[in-house]
Amino acid sequence: MKSSNVIARERGTDLLTVRDLHVEGFSDERWHPIVRGVNVSLKRGEVLGLIGESGAGKSTIGLAAMGYAKPGCRITQGSVVFDGADLLSMSEARRRRLRGSRIAYVAQSAAAWFNPAHRLLDQTVETAVAHGIASRGEANRDAVELYKRLQLPEPETIGFRYPHQVSGGQLQRAMTAMAMVCRPDLIVFDEPTTALDVTTQVEVLASIRRIVEDFNTAAIYVTHDLAVVAQMADRIMVLRHGQTVEEAVTRQMLAAPTQEYTRTLWAVRKLVKPEIEARDHLLTIDNVTAAYAGRVKVLVDVSIKVPRGRTVALVGESGSGKSTLARVVTGLLPAISGSISFDGQPLPLSLKQRPKDLLRRIQMIYQSPDSALNPRQTVEDIIARPLEFYLGLKGEQRDRRIGELMHMIEMDESFLDRLPGELSGGQKQRICIARAVAANPDLIICDEVTSALDQIVQEEILKLLMRLQRELGVSYIFITHDISTVRAIADKVVVMHQGKVVEQGSKTEVLTTPHAAYTELLLSSVPEMDPDWLTQLLARRKNRGILDAAG
Amino acid sequence: MTSAEPLIQTTRAHRVRRTRRSRMRMALKNAPLSAWFGMGVILCYVVIALFAPLIAPYRETQVFSEAFAPWSHEFTFGTDQLGRDMLTRLIYGARNTIGIAFITTTFSFAAGMTLGLLAAMYRGWLDQLLSRAVDVLMSIPSLIFALMLLSIFGSSIPSLILIIALLDSTRVFRLARAVGLNVVVMEYVEVAQLRGEGPVWMLRKEILPNVLPPLIAEFGLRFCFVFLTIAALSFLGVGIQPPSADWGSMVRENATLITYGDVTPLLPAGAIALLTVAVNFVVDWFLHSTSGLRDEK
Amino acid sequence: MRLNSVAKTVLQRLGLGLITLFIVSIIIFSAVAMLPGDFAKATLGQSATPETVAALQHEIGLDRPPVERYFSWVGKMLKGDFGSSFASRTGYRRTVAEIIAPRLYNTIFLAVMTALIAVPLALGLGIVAALYRNSWFDRVVNTVTLTTISFPEFFIAYMLAFLIISRDTFAGTEFAQSLPAWLAISINWTLNVVPKFPTLANINDETPFWDHVWRAALPSITLTLVIVAHMMRMTRAAILNMLSSPYIDMARLKGMGPMVVVVRHALPNAWAPIVTVVAFNLAYLIVGVVIVEVVFVYPGVGQLMVDAVRSRDVPVVQACALVFAAAYILLNLIADIISIATNPRLLHPR
Repeated sequence: MKSSNVIARERGTDLLTVRDLHVEGFSDERWHPIVRGVNVSLKRGEVLGLIGESGAGKSTIGLAAMGYAKPGCRITQGSVVFDGADLLSMSEARRRRLRGSRIAYVAQSAAAWFNPAHRLLDQTVETAVAHGIASRGEANRDAVELYKRLQLPEPETIGFRYPHQVSGGQLQRAMTAMAMVCRPDLIVFDEPTTALDVTTQVEVLASIRRIVEDFNTAAIYVTHDLAVVAQMADRIMVLRHGQTVEEAVTRQMLAAPTQEYTRTLWAVRKLVKPEIEARDHLLTIDNVTAAYAGRVKVLVDVSIKVPRGRTVALVGESGSGKSTLARVVTGLLPAISGSISFDGQPLPLSLKQRPKDLLRRIQMIYQSPDSALNPRQTVEDIIARPLEFYLGLKGEQRDRRIGELMHMIEMDESFLDRLPGELSGGQKQRICIARAVAANPDLIICDEVTSALDQIVQEEILKLLMRLQRELGVSYIFITHDISTVRAIADKVVVMHQGKVVEQGSKTEVLTTPHAAYTELLLSSVPEMDPDWLTQLLARRKNRGILDAAG
Repeated sequence: MTSAEPLIQTTRAHRVRRTRRSRMRMALKNAPLSAWFGMGVILCYVVIALFAPLIAPYRETQVFSEAFAPWSHEFTFGTDQLGRDMLTRLIYGARNTIGIAFITTTFSFAAGMTLGLLAAMYRGWLDQLLSRAVDVLMSIPSLIFALMLLSIFGSSIPSLILIIALLDSTRVFRLARAVGLNVVVMEYVEVAQLRGEGPVWMLRKEILPNVLPPLIAEFGLRFCFVFLTIAALSFLGVGIQPPSADWGSMVRENATLITYGDVTPLLPAGAIALLTVAVNFVVDWFLHSTSGLRDEK
Repeated sequence: MRLNSVAKTVLQRLGLGLITLFIVSIIIFSAVAMLPGDFAKATLGQSATPETVAALQHEIGLDRPPVERYFSWVGKMLKGDFGSSFASRTGYRRTVAEIIAPRLYNTIFLAVMTALIAVPLALGLGIVAALYRNSWFDRVVNTVTLTTISFPEFFIAYMLAFLIISRDTFAGTEFAQSLPAWLAISINWTLNVVPKFPTLANINDETPFWDHVWRAALPSITLTLVIVAHMMRMTRAAILNMLSSPYIDMARLKGMGPMVVVVRHALPNAWAPIVTVVAFNLAYLIVGVVIVEVVFVYPGVGQLMVDAVRSRDVPVVQACALVFAAAYILLNLIADIISIATNPRLLHPR
């Protein structure tokens, strides 16, 4: 295999050639185009990054490269030539022989894509045994070897576990081993690290990149994260609405994108808010401890001060307790101990004990505007309710205020009689913002408000929130796991880990000279656009490891 | 960029709006033959039930001299075991059987839905209490339970309605609670809670509008179930009592004719079957067109 | 450690089943307590004297406190004494146990016979319909079963009976004579292909086994038709639901053939949903048994219960209800335990 590989590369022939690919998906009783005439070519050993926002068709192209269309989709036109044979026109039996053995797939959430009823090892070696590439014994030994290379803990025995018995990052690596076991010529990675926390992501990225290089495997790497694709791909293709925007070698693409759309994608990363010192504090959280009924404590001794008219970013990975803190502040989950004071007055811990006017002054915006807006209420109903409920506005006064709010969120009044289902994701989030602002609050808690949105829309929402803060002097508690969002909006940063505050201080302080080891780990794990970032980080960590061991 | 976006969205939203409105019409136009058949049959039954006295050739309990008379011009489907006109009994039967089933289903829904949604909204001890009670009620097959209760309270129409409504409301409760729980965890409900809304607003504005579509479909299915249960009880002789005309008891009373190769007793049975088939066809289509929800029933 | 967590869950379910049975027994018992005051008078009819009414009330135990009555009732029941039937008043005493026992055997015979035919048939059809979703087979089966579940059980029963009777009577009907001769003859011939199952199930203690099967055939076929329709639709939905799991996609992307996908990847995860479907549908069997037994005059518990309800013979009704409820609870318990025992998450805890 190795020798044919070398010959093919010398000849410069393509391993995979996709020509004029068209894919349609079925929804609302109609076939809609998902991919519209995309061409892809890939040489042996080359890694192509497919990047784009949601609905760009990148995952669909990844699957089509295996001659596969998800249930509810169909490939209507084009050819997918793999090593000289068209996957779309060959027999199902031939296609099946290629799948798993020469083209393999690594999915986004391994927890759902592994069969819960079988051991990891059995699933890892299944293709090798079924395609007659290795005997069961050889395959088992090889799988252990792959587990080792992918730096899975206890490689000898981890294969005897079931999928639900190992962590997400480990599963993702086990799935890579499963794809590798036949030493395929091509692997399709479909957002393999998107569901992972950043500190885990670094390890998985490093493992994947090393094994792909070691075996000289060609890969299609699908992701929406530019910084990740910069580490992984030799070449990048930018997609939008199922069409190619542009394609270039990674360094060239990062340095000099030619298309306007690509430049806007790149630009998001550069939004930075100048930090302003605080004068006094609006909210003070003192030694708060909280737990869900009868379970372990999710917040331990948390103390945070929120400056008036400023933004505090609450940073942490999943399970760090940052969303729980939001529930404690809103009173949905009353703290077990500790106290909170709001504008100089003690804040009743439970929602039920807070008077209406206090409720008005603390508002919340959620991650997913889809579930935060009642699908059966019109935009007008949604925005008007806080006006009527808190402020008792009626008739013309109410209508005028609604007009002002719509103007504030840069939407025109023709949207007022729409239902949320008729709006785009960004518009829905704007409505959520208007609903919060309608109450004239002093504090708005923003829980991952941009995570569910595409990058360009994220930027618009962040700008809108900053403008509202300047105009209205409202304070934000901004919960996020994304460091670039922190740069864009925060004045003060609080880092949380396993229910505790690890570090807090002004943005510059925390981001540039972190004191806590965890903060440093977290910050250094955030991928950067520099294609050498991962290599350098690993080298640095290795040196540090040697130093640590020596010290 | 920002200024251009709303403009684009406006035009798109208009398009979506138009298709939304026309989607109803489209769905109706694209309804399969089975759904049209179902709607037609239901309409016929309703008309017959409402205008029974105008349509029927004789009075409900009018007795003629000949029992088990054969089909003739005078008696289209012959007469029954007491010499009453079969066709007349069939027409009045529509009124009694469908009417009672409809009232029962309405009761069952009112109770099951209210309690189910309250349980979903408040959780805690209320939910525990109601859910456990329903578990126990459902651990006895409903026909058996109904038979037992009827043996105690006797087979009057009010007790029939109340017993079946009680037993059937357990299933409505379960569905309403499940659907309600899905809605209650949505963030817009939390938003209303944070705003300080009272329970009436929560139930009427936030929860009810979002649970209605699956519950409407369920109403059709429950009606079928109640209708069949009442028919079965009447057939067993413990449901609707004579002299009221009722399809279930008509089958039982005339069953002997079958042994002589006479199809007449199959007519009321067929009338029951036809209506349930029709309702099921309509519900099946409704479920498929609103979403692939609850394929299993 | 590994067996422990499964064993613990199973024991929990067993405990829960017992508690349910206990509460159900209280409910069934309270049935007597709810009897209207003049019940004794109504049962004894015109000839009731104050003495006989008091005697009956004493016999039912209406003159003792309810808790005491309940425990003596349960205690007797555990010893197999279900009390005596109200029908045994004049002269000789008939115990509920001796009335029910032979009929219970008959009902179990019918239920098991039906389940043996219906369950494999329904699962097979359901799986085929799911695998060939939207094929003409799927569509036909879907429409037919939707129609069948809409039919009352007695409609299906009488249709079958009518079909069998028509073997002998069809040729003589006006309808047959109005048809062209060749058509009438071929219809008659087709009808005669149908075996002449007995339309009345004459069964007693001495009926030999195969004779019993033969006489129970028509009730059993009726029940099978009803259950297969329900069970097949739910099996199809459960299998479809599972086939849409990502790990099935993964198996296909690994180049596994359709057989391997179904047998190795789908089936191990399908036990729990399939068992749940089977248990759920055996409830229809219990309801169906009552009606089918009445139609075909099959001497089982269902028919007994209906007769007892008509004559308001409460001890017999209570015992029958308890038998049916216990059977139903037991079935659900078995289904629960099988689902637990096949769940990899419980079998292999972290």
